[in-house]
Amino acid sequence: MKISLGPLQYYWPKRQTLDFYETVAAMPVDIVYVGETVCSRRHELRLEDWLDVANRLIQAGKEVRVSTLTLVESESDLKALRREVNNGRFGVEANEMGAVRLLAEAKLPFVAGPTLNVFNPETLRLLAEAGATRWVMPPEAGRETLAGIRAHLPAGMETEALAFGRLPLAYSARCFTARRFNLQKDTCEFKCIDYPEGMMAKTREGQPFLVINGIQTQSAKTYNLLPDLPGLAAAGVDILRISPQPEGTAEVVAAFRGRGTLSGDFCNGFWHGQPGLEWIQA
Amino acid sequence: MPGSASLELVCPAGGLPALKAAVDNGADCVYAGFRDDTNARNFTGLNFDDAQLREGVRYAHDRGAKVLIALNTYPQADNWARWTAAVDKAADFGVDAVILADPGLMDYARRAHPELRLHLSVQGSATSYEAINFYRERFDIQRAVLPRVLSMAQVEQVVKNTPVEIEVFGFGGLCVMVEGRCALSAYATGTSPNCNGACSPGKAVRWEQTPQGVETRLAGILIDRFQEGERAGYPTICKGRFDVDDETYYAIEEPASLNTLKLLPELINVGVRAIKIEGRQRSPAYVAQVTKIWRDAIDACARDLVHFEPKAAWMADLNKVSEGQSYTLGAYNRPWK
Repeated sequence: MKISLGPLQYYWPKRQTLDFYETVAAMPVDIVYVGETVCSRRHELRLEDWLDVANRLIQAGKEVRVSTLTLVESESDLKALRREVNNGRFGVEANEMGAVRLLAEAKLPFVAGPTLNVFNPETLRLLAEAGATRWVMPPEAGRETLAGIRAHLPAGMETEALAFGRLPLAYSARCFTARRFNLQKDTCEFKCIDYPEGMMAKTREGQPFLVINGIQTQSAKTYNLLPDLPGLAAAGVDILRISPQPEGTAEVVAAFRGRGTLSGDFCNGFWHGQPGLEWIQA
Repeated sequence: MPGSASLELVCPAGGLPALKAAVDNGADCVYAGFRDDTNARNFTGLNFDDAQLREGVRYAHDRGAKVLIALNTYPQADNWARWTAAVDKAADFGVDAVILADPGLMDYARRAHPELRLHLSVQGSATSYEAINFYRERFDIQRAVLPRVLSMAQVEQVVKNTPVEIEVFGFGGLCVMVEGRCALSAYATGTSPNCNGACSPGKAVRWEQTPQGVETRLAGILIDRFQEGERAGYPTICKGRFDVDDETYYAIEEPASLNTLKLLPELINVGVRAIKIEGRQRSPAYVAQVTKIWRDAIDACARDLVHFEPKAAWMADLNKVSEGQSYTLGAYNRPWK
């Protein structure tokens, strides 16, 4: 199986982001997704900067894709989307149907991202007709969903699954990081740059439960399918996606390459058709 | 030229009595679902069996109202036939449109029932005209319901750039997450709006009186705790109180309803074609009351758009049935964001 590094979910200072992708160039990953997928106000790296990162990664032998915004709201979001679609060099991961339309119109092959909600073979067939050559399973889909789709997989379609990282659980019009500081989204002071792993939200009993990351809500637990690798391979997953974290990403990649183990507060319920936060022994 | 005459009032029908209440009080359309997970309000005691739907369609059509059937969850390979059968059934019963989220199911409906009107559900997460036009080109959808995330200017931009009719939420429970993009319930309970048609299912909910107050739990997770005199909300995760950086508060959203009554003239002016009232899980009395107020308001707008002001009595009555007895303009009002 190939290993991919998913798009960066957090807002890091430009220097930190560039340094991180410098280390990624040396990591044993096959595919890297670059670009901003969570919040259009995050501008530490502009598209040109992301394309520079992409060029550097290509030189390091990686396949690179540009990932698009998940929640497109404004005309300026659409302008940014059009620039990404027409970047002229790198394939695109489409994270909403507007991107799919633009890519289909331009007759460009694309990756059907995890938020397109592909749960059945008919929908995947339609996306294949529109130009999708790879689909990323929705986070809540598990091996049963995959089995149902694999039986009717369009020719040449690759399958990618999130294998490690906090689960991206929800997206909103509101920015919850701004809300924490009683700020509005439009004047958020870019507070999320101070939280390179998001802000932990605990229950009133002190149980870590969610992570607030701008307009995105993540799981506090880290989804970890390392013990499920045999099952993933048997189910026909082609690509394992690892989500970037500020610390330890290289160790995670190494573990998925069979070198080393991982420790932490893990969950894998979705893969097994259970509540996402559960941990099922493989 | 957009005008109030073309603005449809779309009201919820969790069952036959609610459908009749909506129709009797001036709904142009009612929306309903079958009694299973093919729709996003798959709760015990809600929705329609065949006989009820036949009666409901007859009742509505006799009085000039339309019936829309929501089939807005995402089918999987192993249950696909049940969703297509639901589309067939809706068509056979003579409903006026089906409200769908899944592209595969839309393609089926378009091929099997070319005359059946297709509406894109809010569960389809389409927030831009590019996305809506994708569904238009591929499946000939006639209407799209916008997720409750856009500002008024953004709604206007969508309307201007698509021939598809736009429906927006006007009143009722406020989903602060983009519908179709929320797996919070699935994460905690294994039951998801996308696949099972239910958020925070009743079987996972627990209320408990403790020395610290009334606790509400979802799958064992403490969602909130209420002191005496505080109104305990239903434990959906997005409306719980959590601790962030040592402060305990509604980290995502307070329990409040959406109420856009005072935006009605603006919604009409930008060319919105339909207003949706949320609440298929609410009582027929609720549906009757809310429908009547919105009917009166839309008619008042039709008479005099420029001088329209929501009556104080309307707002007071709507507040009484709102979550937490308070309301918000949601994302239409930019500062909310």
